[in-house]
Amino acid sequence: MRRKGVLLFAIGMALIAVPLIITSEFYVNLASQILIYALLAVSLNLLLGYGGMVSLGHASFVGLASYAAVLLLNAGFGQLASAVLAILFSTACGGLFGLLALRASGIGFLMITLALGQIVWGIAYRANTLTNGDNGLRYAARPHPFGIAIDSASSFYWFSLIVFAIALFFIWRVTRSPFGASLQGARDQPRRMRMLGHNVWLIQWLAFVLASFWGSVAGLLYVYYNLFISPHAISLQQSAEVLLMAILGGASALTGPIVGAVIITLVKNVVSTYFERWNSLLGAIFVVVIMFMPFGIVPGVRQLWARWRAPKKLERAA
Amino acid sequence: MTPALEVVNLNKRFGGLPATRQVSLSVMPGERRLIIGPNGAGKTTLFNLITGDLTPDAGSVKLFGQELLKLPTQQRVHLGLARTYQILTLFPKETLCHNVVLALLGLDRMRWDVWTFLLGQSHLYDAAREALALVGLGASADRTVAETSYGERRRLEMAMALAQKPKVLLLDEPLAGLSQEERSQVRDVLARVPRDVTIVMIEHDMDSALAFAERITLLHYGEVIVEGTRSQVVADPRTKEVYLGD
Amino acid sequence: MQFWIIQTLNSIAFGGLLFLLSSGFSLAFGLMRIPNLAHGGFFMLGAYLGATIVYYGGHFWIAVLGAGLGVGLVGIAFERLILRRLAGNVQGQVLVTLGVSFIIADLCLLIWTGDPWTVPAPAELRPPLRVAGFAFPTFRLVVLAIALVTAVALYLLMDRTRLGAMIRAGVDDMEMARGVGIPVSLLFTVVFALGAVLAGLGGTLGAPMLNAYPGLDTDMLPLALIVVILGGAGSLLGAFVGSFVVGFLYNFGIALFPDLAYFILFLPMVLVLVFRPQGLFGRVQT
Repeated sequence: MRRKGVLLFAIGMALIAVPLIITSEFYVNLASQILIYALLAVSLNLLLGYGGMVSLGHASFVGLASYAAVLLLNAGFGQLASAVLAILFSTACGGLFGLLALRASGIGFLMITLALGQIVWGIAYRANTLTNGDNGLRYAARPHPFGIAIDSASSFYWFSLIVFAIALFFIWRVTRSPFGASLQGARDQPRRMRMLGHNVWLIQWLAFVLASFWGSVAGLLYVYYNLFISPHAISLQQSAEVLLMAILGGASALTGPIVGAVIITLVKNVVSTYFERWNSLLGAIFVVVIMFMPFGIVPGVRQLWARWRAPKKLERAA
Repeated sequence: MTPALEVVNLNKRFGGLPATRQVSLSVMPGERRLIIGPNGAGKTTLFNLITGDLTPDAGSVKLFGQELLKLPTQQRVHLGLARTYQILTLFPKETLCHNVVLALLGLDRMRWDVWTFLLGQSHLYDAAREALALVGLGASADRTVAETSYGERRRLEMAMALAQKPKVLLLDEPLAGLSQEERSQVRDVLARVPRDVTIVMIEHDMDSALAFAERITLLHYGEVIVEGTRSQVVADPRTKEVYLGD
Repeated sequence: MQFWIIQTLNSIAFGGLLFLLSSGFSLAFGLMRIPNLAHGGFFMLGAYLGATIVYYGGHFWIAVLGAGLGVGLVGIAFERLILRRLAGNVQGQVLVTLGVSFIIADLCLLIWTGDPWTVPAPAELRPPLRVAGFAFPTFRLVVLAIALVTAVALYLLMDRTRLGAMIRAGVDDMEMARGVGIPVSLLFTVVFALGAVLAGLGGTLGAPMLNAYPGLDTDMLPLALIVVILGGAGSLLGAFVGSFVVGFLYNFGIALFPDLAYFILFLPMVLVLVFRPQGLFGRVQT
């Protein structure tokens, strides 16, 4: 337990030090992007890993929160009011989407989230008067939370890190809470859970709302980072990328999606510099991961670690 | 006196095939009722209709006078209904203790808590260990389900149901597939259930559960054929016909 | 008046095209229990293949057949080489179809570039059909006729042939079908390939109306999904009715409220999900 604490502290310190160690603005920005996608993937994993619900529309919360924030700011609301209302709006849409998607389970759920995500994309793409279509919308300027400017690469990174840390802490508490246990129970044995007195539908719906809330927070970070939102950010491909992050890293662990987000974001950025065919590679990674490592990296590494540790423990015991 | 469980004219068809036909039964509070019948008699279907896993085509199911059919399964459980399954539906990767905790959570308002640590809720874990001890699994509380034997899992099913302190307990073939020794363990557990709990038990094999029953209902092809006290049902020629005839 | 007649006709023709797209999609979904998310990619690949054949001087109808054949082969290869290996892992299969759809889309972009390819309708069908003073676009009527013929053919296949009976048995109850000795695994390939062929044919047939362009796949896939959500997985009648409902809503939506075309599609989907989640004609709960 103490060793875990020390490890956590070290990781935290290292993360805080990132902009001090790598001074290149490009890489600090890349680190901010990773944090945003990691938050998105972790929020999706509440559904995927803990709830057993595969959503292919999670990027729509990035869009809903971002577009709402831009439109509210342009309508004259302040930064704080825009942020709060945008997240409320996006989470409320999540509540509605959850109502619809949970009319089905399994593959039906996946299809409905996909269709809903595409409809959000279609509206962003087609509703020119509101969203400026394919050209997207600009967000005027980053906010100054508590009067602190977050316009530079490193200050924005720290801002994202704080939001990410708070979110991760909340989500971690959820996964360890009675509700988290019920959610995992509902994933494994929904019928049995009902017979134990649990309202499986409500559990899953609340998980959907929670996931859309944190997805919307990631969406707000996205629009602060890019100062721009276009339909591209909410395409099916984006939803699929986030899903891939969670699966690649390992949906059964809280840290899995974070590892997945680091890998996918790095590969995407590195590959895009040298090689135009990111989409083919994304598709190929998808196929390979699902065929050959369906449980992801983190659980796989954990298993190896346990196997490596087991003989040592025996030695010590002897 | 209001019956603990009252089923009236329950009908259910699968496609064209009737699974239960005009089934009626009335179980008084504290009674131990045995439902017997050959395979395919509609025993488990009857349980599924009572718990809400299936919706009947017609009829009524009342728990202490309250109609259940409009209620979803989980609300029926909150009214005091509990059951075990014939085909085990447990959480195999979790410890026995966690399985029982999930059962306790189902009736605890705390189940909606997203913030506190479940592992810190010692009252739930103490109650879970108590329920496990009741079925003789006290020493195995921290093993995972995957590491236990079939007989232990059957007893875990019982512990989960008993932990909920139900008013009416439905047991679906709790003795099936158990060794002689395990059977007597389960029978001991049943004997220790407080008398204010009403028990309805399905058994395929009549002999193994006979001692337990006060009243017996015989189902055949979805219909109630005979009902009465133990000696009445055993003596009835139709019982012999169903069990020896084919 | 002319506007309404033309838009109605366009809607019906588009509905016919959607039927070609979604009937195979729905049958494969009903049988294999998975939505093939590469189906939009199959449609787009069909459009590009057809456009290429026409570009190199092939006749339009040759292009249609060639596209159907080409995409059908891709479908067989995909089913045999990848999907088959994930048998039993429904979630994995769906995600793999998604991965393949990205690969198809990207390879199409690589081969056919980002500029749209137009495909002219065959010369003999270009002059409009004049009836009672109104001009009807002949080609669209022909597309509609082909869709109707396909619908009848599929109905006969499903209802009157041994193959159809086996498919229906598989859609209704897979275990039972296996139990009575139906070669379910062969059936999977056949139905999957049938869906791919129809999508390929549809892609080329639709090309004179829609063109072949990057993004055609993600434009069409949601339409197929909504058709199946409306009509129910595995139901031919559902795919038929759903296609024309979506065809009308989408076409009139674009013509009348271009900003809200997608939102209009959303409404019937919501209604069906709320009141009849298995789809209007579906038996399988998805």
